[in-house]
Amino acid sequence: MIYKVISKKEFTGFVDALVHSNRSFGPKQVATDHRGNAVYQFQPVHSVADIAFDYSATASSAKHFFLPFREELSHFHFHGNDWEQQISYEANPVVLIGLRACDISALNILDDVLLNGHFPSPGYLARRKNSFVIGMDHLPLPDCFCKSMNHHTVTTGFNLFCSDIGDHYYLSINSSKAFNFLREFETREPNYDDNCMLVERRKLIQNGFQTDIDVTALPTILDIEFDSPVWEKWGDKCLNCGTCAMVCPSCYCYSLTESFDTNLNGASREKKLYSCNLVDFAVVAGGHNFRPKNGDRLKYRYYHQHRGFAENASQQICVGCNRCGRACLAGINPKDVINDLRMEKESCMTCVSSSPRKI
Amino acid sequence: MEKTMTHKGVPFERLKIASFDFTCCEGCQLQLANCESSLPDFLGLLDVRNFREISSERYDDYDIALIEGSISRQDEVERLLKIRKQAKILVAYGTCACFGGVNSLKNRHPVEELIDEVYPGMAIETLPVRKISDLVEVDLFIPGCPVDKREVERIVVSLVKGSLVTLPKYPVCVECKAQLTTCLFELGEICLGPVTRAGCNAVCTSGKTPCLGCRGPAEEINMAAFLALVKERGLSLDDLHEKLAFYNAFEPFLNHEA
Repeated sequence: MIYKVISKKEFTGFVDALVHSNRSFGPKQVATDHRGNAVYQFQPVHSVADIAFDYSATASSAKHFFLPFREELSHFHFHGNDWEQQISYEANPVVLIGLRACDISALNILDDVLLNGHFPSPGYLARRKNSFVIGMDHLPLPDCFCKSMNHHTVTTGFNLFCSDIGDHYYLSINSSKAFNFLREFETREPNYDDNCMLVERRKLIQNGFQTDIDVTALPTILDIEFDSPVWEKWGDKCLNCGTCAMVCPSCYCYSLTESFDTNLNGASREKKLYSCNLVDFAVVAGGHNFRPKNGDRLKYRYYHQHRGFAENASQQICVGCNRCGRACLAGINPKDVINDLRMEKESCMTCVSSSPRKI
Repeated sequence: MEKTMTHKGVPFERLKIASFDFTCCEGCQLQLANCESSLPDFLGLLDVRNFREISSERYDDYDIALIEGSISRQDEVERLLKIRKQAKILVAYGTCACFGGVNSLKNRHPVEELIDEVYPGMAIETLPVRKISDLVEVDLFIPGCPVDKREVERIVVSLVKGSLVTLPKYPVCVECKAQLTTCLFELGEICLGPVTRAGCNAVCTSGKTPCLGCRGPAEEINMAAFLALVKERGLSLDDLHEKLAFYNAFEPFLNHEA
């Protein structure tokens, strides 16, 4: 990593130049909600003025730039009695501006699952390699809990990361591409004061968290609580609408469909991001549903997020952005569900434990 | 038009299809002529035996009958029963056929009042509006106001190839979120997206118009939780009821304690 400091004015010029010559996306206000709060999304930007650098959090994550909600994986062409499969891994270069540390952490987790596993995803790889990611730090929102998940800072997975130190940005440069782009602009080596300000900034962020989830030994607790009534309680609230997985930066489960072209001369294999909360997620051939109840499906989402599956080396994939919690119409959120599970276990231990020391 | 086509050397029959309109606006039938780029291919799968919007030739030897509209007159009942006898596959085509549709608003008022309002002083024979499955067995439902032509194409191809005909089981939210639409509840509105079957590509909500549920309930919806969220947000239960009743698609859920 190389560190530089750039004035905010110069940084604006740098981003403007990037945005003008590349297909770029950054946070933009798209609506004002009924409470009067701005709603942001990563949207196409054409000049630096389009970008809301002071944004809070986007409603949806940046996942879809790497894992599109819908994509054709391959097309089949039939001729005579033969057929051929056409697969394209082309991805247009894209510049993504303003991702948070947790968003970038989520990309690193996706890298682990989709690139480092037994069957790397070429489509994901192409998009990941053809992206230029500029991260920006921010003061946590009241419901952010990325610190609990240890994803409030990030050291890899981006090209450039900007920490706000007043009139300047403290830049962490993580790629030769970023280094070379920046050569055209005026930067300087960080001095003693800059370093102090960076430490101050990090402390400010670190101390700004208002939501904390105790995730100590959470995978074990989840294993123990497989049959907990807590799942039914929260499952009863669940609308099975899949919103949580759609806005999540790390949910990557999908469905696959194959369909004939209308002219019957070809066929298409399409991948759609899916959610384990959707009613037919675990339906198999013949119509049997392995997870027919809301609570079962909700449980598996929490298992995947907070306990981890073998395919991602039993790592938790939740980064603590709480997008799911904010988007859930039914008010289901990781903080309350996990605390409920913990309470369940802890109260049970004080009541019925047959500890030998008990008199 | 030749009757037999081959696909990879295997002959297949064009679907002998007929389209019939009942009480409706005929907008769903018109959708059959939509998606111009694939229209020749689409028509290539069909042997249209009876379809008054595109041809004056009429034959009664169809296998598949698309039934558009709801039933609101005795002569419609008789016509429908006759079609049922002929059709091997009877399709409730569009929201009116599947659920009764907007026409069902009629059922809220006494028939005499309605005649006085629309046809004052005329002798009109009319019945309360019913959906197709109230009268005959329906083999396939294609909901939507109007139907989505891409979905119709997909289903027709499935029928030709003998593969499973499916509709999305999940609600509109999935498709809405994929377009990064701001949730209409966040804008202070009641939207039926969370309980309505997807497949429309969230066309209304992505245009900032709340979903009125034209595609009917998604599978195993959690209506209790949906009502709870409307109440919790202090939104109007009258508005909710109005929306749920709009297409008559949520009739089985309307008696839920509100």
